[in-house]
Amino acid sequence: MDARIESADTAARELHGGGIIAALKASGIEYVLAVPDIVTSSGLLAPIARDKGFRLIRVCKEDECVGIASGLSYADKRALILIQYTGFLDSLNAIRGVAVEYKQPICMMVGLLGHDPEKAPRASPRYGVRIIEPILDAMGVAHHLVGVDVDIGKIQPAIERAYRESEPVALLIGRRPQAS
Amino acid sequence: MMKRDECFRILARHIGEAALVASYSSAVEWIDVAPRALNYLSIGAMGLDSSHGLGLALGRPDRRVVVLQGDGSLLMNLGSLVTIAAAAPKNLVHLVAQNDTYEANGSQPTPHPKVDFAGIARSSGYAASYDFSDLRIFEQQVAHVLEQQGPVFATLHIEPTKPLKYDYPSLYDPQKRAAFKAAWRS
Repeated sequence: MDARIESADTAARELHGGGIIAALKASGIEYVLAVPDIVTSSGLLAPIARDKGFRLIRVCKEDECVGIASGLSYADKRALILIQYTGFLDSLNAIRGVAVEYKQPICMMVGLLGHDPEKAPRASPRYGVRIIEPILDAMGVAHHLVGVDVDIGKIQPAIERAYRESEPVALLIGRRPQAS
Repeated sequence: MMKRDECFRILARHIGEAALVASYSSAVEWIDVAPRALNYLSIGAMGLDSSHGLGLALGRPDRRVVVLQGDGSLLMNLGSLVTIAAAAPKNLVHLVAQNDTYEANGSQPTPHPKVDFAGIARSSGYAASYDFSDLRIFEQQVAHVLEQQGPVFATLHIEPTKPLKYDYPSLYDPQKRAAFKAAWRS
């Protein structure tokens, strides 16, 4: 393979945490509410923890984030919930009750642990990942896959819409972001 | 042991312009005692009262937030004590009405009676924590509890009551949330 083509192909399959963080800042995210997730730990959570532009609130269990983000929204403070898909599944009742039925602007960034980034989440080798999008569809929650750098462009419009319309959104991180 | 409605009437005299977060039995009894726009009803996902309260307190550090949570609710979200202590909002007061009963779900007992919530809050890192089981002492100290630099925790040891009437359409009413939002942003 031509080295330039190979390089371009590799670049198209990369996801950089720095780009995601820039998109979060452009979206007005001030608070990050998180439980560590190995997919996003080094590429997102670690740099966010060092970044004075965010206030990081480490929580004990993911559903806490839904209540905190809701409370913050009443003062027009924007928050991102950064969790693993297992924590998303554990938080379904909070998302159902607060985000969906109360129509709250709850923005979730969900790491798809064990996912093969070359496949669509619905075709993931991991059962827990395969069911995420169907669950979000059943709940009527908007969702977007962020698997490569070009997908980062989806983040700001999704967050802006969530706060404008007062509704939840899930951004699914399909590949371990690089710390850059 | 105190009666919840008597306890809440005393609290209502001191609540001022603070937001008050409550759910289920605490919410039903509180809004009967003190109907006001600054009541934030946390119905629909039991246990999240304390987390809603943390979000409100972080969002408006210039305003006071009082969480009035049932013990069954806090048991569903005990980790929030650690999260709140770590976030350390100075404007948050966290009250728990303890009667060792899930009143909203048929007055069934909680898994274990006599949990020391104030002790857990203290060891989690709250700035101060209290136990009140005497109405007279609560009345004497409530102003100090509410004005202290937080996060402050207090257990209100109350008697189980007769089953309350839960008017869920009213508790869920979106107009109440809209009224709260307007009052909270003013």
